[in-house]
Amino acid sequence: MKYASVLVALSVAAALAACGAEPQAVQYGANPDLPEPRRGLLPNMTIAEPVQWGDRLPTVPEGYRISAIATDLKIPRQTLLLPNGDILVAEGRGGYAPALKPKDVIAAYIKGKGTTSVESGNRLTLLRDADGDGVYELRTVFADQLNAPYGLALINNRLYVANQDELVWFDYEEGQTEAAGPPQKLTDLPAELNHHWTKAMTASADGRYLSVGIGSNSNITERGMTAEADRAVVWQVDVETGASKTHASGLRNPTALTIQPDTGQLWAVVNERDEIGPDLVPDYLTAVQEGGFYGWPYAYWGPNVDDRVRPQDPEKVATTITPDYALGSHVAALGVDFSNAAMGDAFADGVFVGMHGSWNRAEPVGYKVVFVPFSNGVPSGQPVDFVAGFLDENDNTTRGRPVGVTVDPGGALIVADDLSNVVWRIVPDAAGHRSGP
Amino acid sequence: MAVVVQYRYSEAIHPLHAVLLSGAASLFLVALLNDVAYANTYEIQWSNFASWLIVAGLVFSGIALVFALVDLCRASRRAPGIGVYFLLLLATFVAGFFNALMHARDAWAMMPGGLILSVITTVLAFLATWLGFRTPRFVGREP
Repeated sequence: MKYASVLVALSVAAALAACGAEPQAVQYGANPDLPEPRRGLLPNMTIAEPVQWGDRLPTVPEGYRISAIATDLKIPRQTLLLPNGDILVAEGRGGYAPALKPKDVIAAYIKGKGTTSVESGNRLTLLRDADGDGVYELRTVFADQLNAPYGLALINNRLYVANQDELVWFDYEEGQTEAAGPPQKLTDLPAELNHHWTKAMTASADGRYLSVGIGSNSNITERGMTAEADRAVVWQVDVETGASKTHASGLRNPTALTIQPDTGQLWAVVNERDEIGPDLVPDYLTAVQEGGFYGWPYAYWGPNVDDRVRPQDPEKVATTITPDYALGSHVAALGVDFSNAAMGDAFADGVFVGMHGSWNRAEPVGYKVVFVPFSNGVPSGQPVDFVAGFLDENDNTTRGRPVGVTVDPGGALIVADDLSNVVWRIVPDAAGHRSGP
Repeated sequence: MAVVVQYRYSEAIHPLHAVLLSGAASLFLVALLNDVAYANTYEIQWSNFASWLIVAGLVFSGIALVFALVDLCRASRRAPGIGVYFLLLLATFVAGFFNALMHARDAWAMMPGGLILSVITTVLAFLATWLGFRTPRFVGREP
């Protein structure tokens, strides 16, 4: 407790010092400001303290309303919308990387203060609104005894689940509320240590492949290069054979994947590295180019060398692709999905991005869901807050932390919140749904 | 008039104090060697070893510091030179603490600062140990 307050006090002091001296860095878009890397004797750590919602709700734009369609879940992360409108929620917590340094012990304790104390669900919960009134009256456990499930995808009659250690599938018939039996394994996924454990997943437009996001095993190789085999990559897995190949690499932690309607292009949100300053390195949204290398660990935001990596690799640095769109440093983007016309004119063309919120920054950022507008199929313009009011900036408390976002073709945004253990649903007023509890 | 002064050694530093003091010096030295190994090989495990060795060195030197402080406060044990010894040990601890923070940086970010601080800490620890043991701990008494 004391240690944390000291750190907070130090970081507040650092923030005050920074406020007077430096202009606000531009943190989003195609050309974010990239200040010089720096780090004090202690890393900035500010963890927003969790508090209860009480009567409050997250804030949404004028003309939209929000309701909690499921509460008391066991760490909801990602959601999948089934063809009949049912919602599947993947619940759980993964990772088992041991503390390597004294620092890991202290940092894990401090970060733990900003997360839920609920035990890992390791299950899929199904939510159904049979009469379409916006209240999800049916709630069943679709499958349990999974291992930190995260990525979900449906291809024809198979429901694929990316556990933290393997990719499995269930048979699925429309309307089913419970899996018929235990899942079948399609393939193992890289699972050593699982410093970054989430296995994001989406199905290709033609249904032949699954893309799986596999995060790095460290912040910046501090667990050694051998731990990084098959890490910081997006895999392409053949759904027939389970054979996998690396689709793109150098993506430090690709935490959510989605396919762009019309083009079939794979997009990802990626969490970038920490501990080189409050405005480095921007997390980003990018179209994932096949065979592309996005820099981690050697470089960031194109060919900016990260001096913390030894041995260095100038050839890899030279081939680094600059991502499409910066979302801001440390925002922790964990969810992405394309919108559609049913979400309303102002939010029809673009993506929603769920931001879990920062820890490595004196002034917390993230803790909201933003909308990144697109035009002509690429991001254009500033991100707009779509769901906010999680973080109270006055006293650095937070009531929730958004993770996965899913757009309902009928005109609704589903947001998983792994701090308050709630699934939120945001609809345009015109949709005619009654507000939920 | 002949004055006979008979010298006798006072008690040596407490055995536990002695163990902690020399132990701290060894721990800081081995941490330094691990840093050198990391710098030469880029093998991260060496820096992990160094990080824990430095923490152990801080525990040892921290408790030794308490012993030294107690000795400093008790007239019967306040041997000449003990003040310098105490200050050197304090400097060792402070340098070691900053070194621990430097070693908390990820991967190569701890270099070269971590290596430099390891050298400084180790030299200070050996000087402190030297003084801690060699301080002329005798008291003149008239027969």
